Amino acid sequence: MGTDLFPPPLPTRDHALVLLRQMLLIRHFEERCAELYTQQKIRGFLHLYTGEEAVAVGVMQALDPRDAVVSTYREHGHALARGIAPGAIMAEMFGRREGCSGGRGGSMHLFDAATRFYGGGAIVGGGLPVAVGLALADRMQGRPQVSCCFFGEGAAAEGEFHESMNLAQLWRLPVLFVCENNLYAMGSALSITESSADFTRKASGYGMAAGAVDGMDVLAVENSARAAVQAIRAGNGPFLLEARTYRFRAHSMFDPELYRSREEVEHWREHGPLITLTRRLREAGLFAEEDFQALTREVEAEVEQAVAFAEAGTWEPVEDLCRFVYSEVERA
Amino acid sequence: MSGELQVTTYREALRAGLRDALLRDERVFLMGEDVGHYGGCFAVSRGLLAEFGSERIRDTPLAESGFVGAGIGAAMGGMRPVVEVMTCNFSLLALDQLVNNAATWLHMSGGQFPCPLVVRMATGGGKQLAAQHSHSFEGWFAHIPGLKILTPATLEDARGMLWTALQDPDPVLIFENQTLYPMEGSLAVDAGAVAISGARIHRGGADVTLITYGASLWKALAAASTLAEKGIDAEVIDLRSLRPLDDATILASVARTHRAVVVDEGWRSGGISAEIGMRIMESVFYQLDAPVARVCTAEVPIPYPKHLEEAALPQAVKIVETVERMMRHG
Ligand SMILES: Cc1ncc(C[n+]2csc(CCOP(=O)(O)OP(=O)(O)O)c2C)c(N)n1
Repeated sequence: MGTDLFPPPLPTRDHALVLLRQMLLIRHFEERCAELYTQQKIRGFLHLYTGEEAVAVGVMQALDPRDAVVSTYREHGHALARGIAPGAIMAEMFGRREGCSGGRGGSMHLFDAATRFYGGGAIVGGGLPVAVGLALADRMQGRPQVSCCFFGEGAAAEGEFHESMNLAQLWRLPVLFVCENNLYAMGSALSITESSADFTRKASGYGMAAGAVDGMDVLAVENSARAAVQAIRAGNGPFLLEARTYRFRAHSMFDPELYRSREEVEHWREHGPLITLTRRLREAGLFAEEDFQALTREVEAEVEQAVAFAEAGTWEPVEDLCRFVYSEVERA
Repeated sequence: MSGELQVTTYREALRAGLRDALLRDERVFLMGEDVGHYGGCFAVSRGLLAEFGSERIRDTPLAESGFVGAGIGAAMGGMRPVVEVMTCNFSLLALDQLVNNAATWLHMSGGQFPCPLVVRMATGGGKQLAAQHSHSFEGWFAHIPGLKILTPATLEDARGMLWTALQDPDPVLIFENQTLYPMEGSLAVDAGAVAISGARIHRGGADVTLITYGASLWKALAAASTLAEKGIDAEVIDLRSLRPLDDATILASVARTHRAVVVDEGWRSGGISAEIGMRIMESVFYQLDAPVARVCTAEVPIPYPKHLEEAALPQAVKIVETVERMMRHG
């Protein structure tokens, strides 16, 4: 399943603006995070999603609120597209009690039960088996839900990826595996870490249905994800969707980017998801410059509100340090 | 030694140790995630790829179990691999290889197959990296017979432990506390290999023994200075190796000072601090003037916010308080 087999239909103007707004929100949110990091408001590891917005936004269109999402440490975009309040995400990164994980997790560990967002895991590959288990629980309890697991292409080298693929297919579980192939795992290019870089073929090895899609084209991603989720819900078992994308920024704020050239990054920026979508919409006459500006103003305001919310947040008292190690049954 | 000193960092000292080993023994190679093109997660191996090439500075895929296991095989096959696991948190994916293979092969084969493997990994908290990047598992690994566990805390040990570990016929795990990488100090220009067995008394003292290792050494030394101002003379022991433990140095010191505080960045329950405390009880109980005390990490996964992380980890003030309490009641 690729863009060739399923050329994405043009969306309605309203829907196109929804997609564009979400991608813009992620873009501005991430750029603001980078600033806040240099101001030391955000600490620890910070992995930005800039450049990959179309994947989260496109895939999330195909999911229902009842579905589960499992993500990685590069999950701000997934969390925003899933509908977690930007303020709760920002407050989490500030370490405030009002954060979506109560401040305990920070940037890499966003969690939200209301939207069934199961993190925010920072052990590469660690989320894959968990997604399989969530899907197993749904299936065993007769719920028509899908578990969607985002992971980087680097994770496909881990044993847990292969074990999860086999389990999911063996038990024909409703899992959508979304491999965000941004070509680098930290500073290691795909070509020096994978004997075969065709991820759909890895899925075939387990008998699993799979497809690749242009991860810079939000319409294509949405289209592919919808088809995949439909097949999963119809009981056809799991699906691996490889989204070909690129991260525009460093791996984390500690990365001096010794392993790739500026020209390469520039090339990808020119084919970025915002440019790709606005070009198509403009060509189709669905969109004008004023729309872009209006949406930009809106998301900027939304991000500033999120920052204000985080700033106004409170610190958890030190006396509570050892909470959440075990369940607090008596408090329930 | 010439006695000439140069200013360097813990990170540079580690790199110098690696370079030295690569130059001295062509069987030595470095393998791990991002050790080459990225320059090492903590920049320890920066520049080595250009100098030694991709055969010997070998970037691996994300496959901890796979490449640690490959390191075991290569070591048994006659090479001298230095395997870098970015942080000990990720070493849990390789636990099977380390515990079930590296630590047992010699024994299971009746002494036929030694495994001269060296694994380096970062450990410890203090950088607000939250609960999957901040833990200290060196005490855990010290539970395993067959492994040797080193915890370089000083520039000398960062520079010198690697070569000695490579000469050892058995698997050696080296734990580098993440907060130490930028630590600056002076080191002899011609510094080289150091012994890897034996603790070191870093500061002599008569009233209490502070037993510690890794980054906590510097907290214990800070605490000792504060205590000195209050008229309490603390001895500070850097364990350097958690397995084997240098019982002789620990016990002789405690027998002299009659008081012991173990400072450990690991958790308290079932930790290496419990082991050390128990060895003291077994051997010098009657020479104690006070119960053995511990300053460990709180029993909680490391939280992200700074104030909570600081509260969770051992700190110099907590060591001072513990010693003062001990002196009052002891
Ligand atoms: C098990 C494990 N090993 C190593 C790391 C260190 N690490 C964090 S992210 C990363 C690269 C992962 O690349 P990929 O899966 O492609 O995702 P991307 O960061 O490109 O989104 C590495 C090596 C880790 N977090 N977990």
